[in-house]
Amino acid sequence: MSEDEAKGLQSAFRRKLLMGMAALPAIGLLPRPSLADVPTSVVNTTGLAVTDTEVTVGILHSATGTMAISETGSIESEKLAIEQINAAGGVLGRKIKFIQEDGASDWPTFAEKAKKLLVNDKVAAIMGCWTSASRKAVLPVVEQYNGMLYYPTFYEGLEQSKNVIYTGQEATQQILAGLNWVNKEKGAKSFFFIGSDYIWPRTSNKIARKHVENVLKGKVVGEEYYPLGNTQFNSVINKIKLTKPDVIFTDVVGGSNVAFYKQLKAAGIDLSKQTLLTISVTEDEIDGIGGENIAGAYACMKYFQSLDNPNNKAFVAAFKKMWGEKTVIGDVTQAAYLGPWLWKLTVEKAGSFDVDKVAAASPGVEFKGAPEGYVRIHENHHLWSKTRVGRAKLDGQFELVYETADLVEPDPFPKGYQ
Amino acid sequence: MTDNRFVNKSELIGILLLAALLVVILPLFLDVFRLNLVAKYLTYAFVALGLVICWGYGGILSLGQGVFFGLGGYCMAMFLKLEASSVENTKIQSTPGIPDFMDWNQITALPMFWKPFHSLTFTVIAIVLVPGLFALIIGAAMFKRRVGGTYFAIITQAVAAILTILIVGQQGYTGGINGMTDLRTLKGWDIRPDHAKIVLYFFEVGCLFVCIFIAQFIRHSKLGRILVAMRDKEDRVRFSGYSVANFKIFAFCVSAVFAAIGGAMFALNVGFMSPSFVGIVPSIEMVIYTAVGGRLSILGAIYGTLLVNFAKTSLSESFPELWLFGLGGLFIAVVLAFPNGLAGIWGDYIAPQIARLFNSGNSKPGGWAGKPVADSTPAE
Amino acid sequence: MFGDYSIGDLGSIFVMQGFAGLILFSVYVLMALGLAIIFGQMGVINMAHGEFMILGAYVTWMTSNVFQAYLPGLFAGYFFLAMILAFIASGALGMLVEWALIRHLYKRPLDTLLATWGLSLILQQAYRSVFGAREVGVELPQWMLGSLHVTDSIEVPINGIFVMCLTVLITLAVAYIMYKSRWGRQVRAVVQNRVMAGAVGINTEKVDRYTFALGCGIAGVAGSAFTMIGSTGPTSGQLYIVDTFLVVVFGGAASLLGTIASAFSISQTQSTLEFFMSGSMAKVLTLLAVVGILMLRPQGLFALKVRK
Repeated sequence: MSEDEAKGLQSAFRRKLLMGMAALPAIGLLPRPSLADVPTSVVNTTGLAVTDTEVTVGILHSATGTMAISETGSIESEKLAIEQINAAGGVLGRKIKFIQEDGASDWPTFAEKAKKLLVNDKVAAIMGCWTSASRKAVLPVVEQYNGMLYYPTFYEGLEQSKNVIYTGQEATQQILAGLNWVNKEKGAKSFFFIGSDYIWPRTSNKIARKHVENVLKGKVVGEEYYPLGNTQFNSVINKIKLTKPDVIFTDVVGGSNVAFYKQLKAAGIDLSKQTLLTISVTEDEIDGIGGENIAGAYACMKYFQSLDNPNNKAFVAAFKKMWGEKTVIGDVTQAAYLGPWLWKLTVEKAGSFDVDKVAAASPGVEFKGAPEGYVRIHENHHLWSKTRVGRAKLDGQFELVYETADLVEPDPFPKGYQ
Repeated sequence: MTDNRFVNKSELIGILLLAALLVVILPLFLDVFRLNLVAKYLTYAFVALGLVICWGYGGILSLGQGVFFGLGGYCMAMFLKLEASSVENTKIQSTPGIPDFMDWNQITALPMFWKPFHSLTFTVIAIVLVPGLFALIIGAAMFKRRVGGTYFAIITQAVAAILTILIVGQQGYTGGINGMTDLRTLKGWDIRPDHAKIVLYFFEVGCLFVCIFIAQFIRHSKLGRILVAMRDKEDRVRFSGYSVANFKIFAFCVSAVFAAIGGAMFALNVGFMSPSFVGIVPSIEMVIYTAVGGRLSILGAIYGTLLVNFAKTSLSESFPELWLFGLGGLFIAVVLAFPNGLAGIWGDYIAPQIARLFNSGNSKPGGWAGKPVADSTPAE
Repeated sequence: MFGDYSIGDLGSIFVMQGFAGLILFSVYVLMALGLAIIFGQMGVINMAHGEFMILGAYVTWMTSNVFQAYLPGLFAGYFFLAMILAFIASGALGMLVEWALIRHLYKRPLDTLLATWGLSLILQQAYRSVFGAREVGVELPQWMLGSLHVTDSIEVPINGIFVMCLTVLITLAVAYIMYKSRWGRQVRAVVQNRVMAGAVGINTEKVDRYTFALGCGIAGVAGSAFTMIGSTGPTSGQLYIVDTFLVVVFGGAASLLGTIASAFSISQTQSTLEFFMSGSMAKVLTLLAVVGILMLRPQGLFALKVRK
């Protein structure tokens, strides 16, 4: 990209921002921080990059490499949230400035860049990481240098840290209610698990298996894993045909998804008759899969772009104004949007940017303006949130078919599921 | 270069300059964070050094150096991980005293092959022997049957792919795609704080110089000259009565061991090991470091590694989109225009100028680069 | 594991599994044909092969968009035009690359590997800048979706049949070009003895350029066909590269028959193993078997005797 083009993009970006602000009122209802001039020496006792007018945070995602496909949405929504917060007066009267670093889909690079953000740039918080592997690489760094990480992705659990706020759902929050629902609604007793071969699908399937066998008294008739990036699924589809499960439960990720659903359809498995429950396909993935290949499948998430509430409508409108009409918003994109807001609310509750105070003030922080509806931070630094089941439609959106009545408690170390 | 000393005058100056750079200048001018980055880059320099011997001199292009880097790194990481997984540190697990990822995968006892890694002595031996033996097996199977050139490159690539899938798939034993993270202490000594990073950096630089001297020795011994002869005209060497396969196996094993030492240094300095260093992409990147530095130059490979990585870090900090264009363009430029890399540029353009400045034509500027590769025939 | 199923069930599964193997076989042949020409005939290692395929896939995606917007009535047939365009686009890029890059490196085959690897990085980033980091969904005409209903339990995917037919057609075309046409004779003459071929008046530079372009063009068609079964994104091409090279090397470079035989044996092994164990382990075992056999028989299944 030439320099001129880069400048052109930047100004287009600014224009979009201004337009996006028209959609702010819903979020503007949030309590505005009193712009009382709190001296920097009071709100920042640990030498973070906070001045009288500005506070710096880091955005750390993959803009290049294989994960750029997934992480782009998170970068976009974090930037949107930061702009909205700034338009609403900033944090403790200070505008947020962000430094964006590229993790390049490479886990040590994530660790290196996290260290740079914390040590050299002294950022007050990092919004970032996507894969479990990148988080695992960054975790020792944020713990050692006492940073604050807001992590957006639904993940396998088995982790809890003072320095991390998990704005996505851990495995039990995502899976259990969905399995209960297919069991009750569809009378499902037999399940076929298929996943990509790495830790998140394996852990999720382990939890799902325990739940199916011990709670639902059902049967798992098959459990299969394919390498990341695999594009041939005909053999496993034959196994599915042989075992005739009530439910195909999938956590295949990335480009493999596209191949899986296309081949499933081509093999004559009609998703309007065969129940399929996925925990890995959001609106983002459907963009690549094609609505016609996946229509009828059920996804178990906490957020769908089609959610009908005022917060979400304002969020979707603002997001599209900023990033284009054609963009779609998936579960993780929304969770990433929560990060900057939760951080702002926590900082204002703590009355300080200090990481220790922010970490201590986090439990109990509520965000009423969340697109997914009300969320609250739990003692264990995960979010209380609802589980929802949506049905994929031809146009690539989900139709909400079920949501839990109450917020589901996050339980990263579930007893009886390990 | 007919003298039998393992270092000649211009090389000695080069080594001293490199030593000054790594031991004095960089530690003086860089903060600990940047110095730790240099330490990370230097771990790849071990691999590049190995590639100079096996690719530059031996003519054997291995696209699977990541395999050896990974094996060395995993050996080291297993030791460190065991030490980090003491019973006190892992109380919350259902089976305390085993690494956390094993606990998540319902493994209730330490697997047999992990047990010896409680011992540091065993670990150090394993870092050298495991990759060495692995290279010996691959090398013996391939070179005895006269597989070479492009075939060898593609097969080593497949080996890298296999090992990656295995490590990712057997996550209960290997940590899967997350790798082994949160490595903390070495024999009770915390490797994470700043002062430890500095000590580790100097330790690594020390090891690097030992490897450089070994490489210099190989290069100037009869062995090195046979390697070069073999690269240029394999059949003539064979007809002269030498066992070409054995020399190739030796060069390949040396490069594997160097790569493994680099991997072990990586685990120590970065506190981390993951399958993302084992696969095809990192393996090819390591070849590129060597190509940029100059595939025939021991010191050039080290400068090349440092330079490419510096560029990578700084470019990807300011222009993440441009980085891949830059890297891709660099490969093409090096291959097309500067097949001898930095060392070639130095030897062809800069050194003669300097030599002209200082004395009138006494020095031998070819000391760094040797003969150009452009017209050398492939080893096949 | 078969105790619980009836004979009828098992029978149809074996039929289906046979088809799965055949589809995988077709996919491998399509991937490998272009490379077999480039690597086998020219000795050039084209690491950007996957990116040429993805170029074909993007061309298909663009064609489908154009048809949807301007010619919705003809949408059912757009795929054929898309494949032709994919061939032209990838072939043209191939010709450009040969002229700018490859022709300088014929004497250094290992260096073509590095240069084309650099090219693949550039192409990936170019795709990302132009088409965005996200995968694009290629919409297919209705008739290509779904399956043929043979019996209640046997269903044959239409896109699978399409890929198989395409593979047969392209293979026949390539075989004709290489073994029957005048130009094919020139190519083989250049492979066997470049200097001699030049001496008898064959324009070796031109032959090289068109051979490379043909290989890349076939990669483009393969990429276009793969939009039916796989994903289209900036880095999707990398997924294919190792498999493709192994198929070519295992078959014995420079032998079309070898490529087909090796694609057949690798695909059947893999799809059979996949049925009995996890996909990951099946992949590892297949690759190990291939590498193992290559160590015993480094020249591949079918070796062409060429004076070097």
